Amino acid sequence: MREITYRQALNEALSEEMERDQSVFLMGEDIAVYGGAYGVTLNLMQKFGEKRVRDTAISEAAIIGAGLGAAITGMRPVVEIMYIDFMGICLEQIGNQVAKIRYMFGGKTKVPLVIRTEGGAGRTLGAHHSQSLESWFLHVPGLKVVIPATPADAKGLLKSSIREDNPILFIEHKMLYNVKGPVPEGEYLLPIGKADVKRPGKDATVIAYSRMLYFALEAAKRLAEEGIEVEVIDPRTLLPLDMEMISESVRKTHRAIIVEEGTKTGGTGAEIGMQVMENCFDYLDAPVLRIAGADVPMPKSPVLEKLAIPDADRIYREIKKLVS
Amino acid sequence: MYQATLVAEEKLKKYMKKITKNEARHLLKQMMQIRQFEDAIMDLMARNIAEGGSHLYAGEEACAVGAMAAIRENDYITSTHRGHGHAIAKGGSLPELMAEILGKETGVCKGKGGSLHLADVSKGNLGANGIVGGSIGIAAGAGLSIQLRGTNQIVLCFFGDGATNTGLFHESLNMAGKWKLPVVFICENNLYGMSVSVERACAVNDLTKKAVPYNMPAECCDGMDVLAVKDMVTKYAATARKGDGPALIVCNTYRYYGHSRSDPRAYRTKEEEKSWRDRDCIMAFSRKMQEQTVLTEKEVADLDKEVTAELEAAIDFAIKSPDPKPEELYRDVYYEM
Repeated sequence: MREITYRQALNEALSEEMERDQSVFLMGEDIAVYGGAYGVTLNLMQKFGEKRVRDTAISEAAIIGAGLGAAITGMRPVVEIMYIDFMGICLEQIGNQVAKIRYMFGGKTKVPLVIRTEGGAGRTLGAHHSQSLESWFLHVPGLKVVIPATPADAKGLLKSSIREDNPILFIEHKMLYNVKGPVPEGEYLLPIGKADVKRPGKDATVIAYSRMLYFALEAAKRLAEEGIEVEVIDPRTLLPLDMEMISESVRKTHRAIIVEEGTKTGGTGAEIGMQVMENCFDYLDAPVLRIAGADVPMPKSPVLEKLAIPDADRIYREIKKLVS
Repeated sequence: MYQATLVAEEKLKKYMKKITKNEARHLLKQMMQIRQFEDAIMDLMARNIAEGGSHLYAGEEACAVGAMAAIRENDYITSTHRGHGHAIAKGGSLPELMAEILGKETGVCKGKGGSLHLADVSKGNLGANGIVGGSIGIAAGAGLSIQLRGTNQIVLCFFGDGATNTGLFHESLNMAGKWKLPVVFICENNLYGMSVSVERACAVNDLTKKAVPYNMPAECCDGMDVLAVKDMVTKYAATARKGDGPALIVCNTYRYYGHSRSDPRAYRTKEEEKSWRDRDCIMAFSRKMQEQTVLTEKEVADLDKEVTAELEAAIDFAIKSPDPKPEELYRDVYYEM
């Protein structure tokens, strides 16, 4: 299969869906002429015109609000918030309006809206451009949170997200845009809410997503050399969570480790770990382990930034300690 | 005191001559429906039949009724926390709205929205909102959708004076102004954001000035005069529909009740309240219609009785309606694909 980057996979998904469905349009800051801060929407304005690929003012709340207004009146908007760190500016619109409107209206409307954004550290951009805030949104019923790690998952999940009649927060990672991988050409859809076993194993279950998936796989490889076979599961969707697959794996391996880049307290690991306790308590041979970001604002210093998030070496060491 | 710029008296007189009995009846009836609806809720709250909060629209009826009379059935509106009047004027059913406010299964939102979230997308009402200014972005988006789909609709976006100080107001007006979206922004200036007056909250008292940076026309209108509102909205609905872009209309009006049920109204005087009640929109309009011999005194009285009967039936329906079933709790969080 041909290999393309995560960025190209996303671009291809957008392009294919725009060709397929006239009601799909894109809106966000610097997405048209510039092609997106990270180049995901490159050349789409040239291909589909300024009407369907729209540069907006720097108005995050209005981008979300207008996306919602368009979504409930017959369009399928894909809007972009350049950095997940900017979510605070439009959190009211996402949390109160986008996610709740269907329920509040007694099910009389649908919200086919995709909010694309990206997060994560790795470029030493400091505390306002490096965060992993996905766990904020686990607390918002009505929203779905999709967070792909591989180029193929990025394409398949973005295409499905655009066709979904529920609002989707689609979180990319800035350090993955140049990652290459095999991606099917043309129609390729992945189900939202389904996890994927990225490496089978029997000694422990490692739940890792987004950039942390790569670090977890690297750690798993090193552990395998020492005879420890861990199963690595990428949930791919955090809300709703595929607890069926995660539980099945934990019942087999008897150990659960959650790796996340975001800060530890109140993080994704807290939620997944608790669900593991609720579903698999009798099967556990060890406490659920969280490997997560430090509870600090992301520092600028490249040295401190590396220390603030898990890496393959730390994941390897912590899993080894747990399993031995 | 901040006063309305009235639509020229001459222009109004011309309008009066054109008004038919049917239209006069329609406008008066809707205003009476809203007034009696709100009075009924006040009563139901006092008797603890209606629980939770309700922000009542009594006093402001001319704004919703005049504005809605100027648009088409398939046009959209977005509403506010003080949204009962908009929902009624946009064609909402009184029993379903009343049932919704009581949180009943038969409510327009199945009892899951309540007073703050009255909505009926099928009737073009994209919803009231619990957040001040929270629906202004939705209005811009509905306008963008109209423009992209190439339909001939428009959006009326209602909000209060308090909302003009929120960020989303400015972001959305900028977007609408830049993209010439078919949205008529209607500020119902009832002089107070909860307890803080426009004078104490806003750097400018003339709220039409807030449209200046967004390259759209803005005008004040007497929000106590249903025909003045209709006239003004008709004018800007037409420009929006033609593709000439949005406008801001500031309707000067007054809410008779407090902000919500617990409000003692210590921030305003009895004299001020009386001065607005003396200009009551229903009283003024029915008097004018009788002076113009469009409606007779008996017709007005009959209409009032008709509305009272409708309201009694709506209240009866709402009270007798069942509560939502427990299995409704988890329904409609997501659309099942």
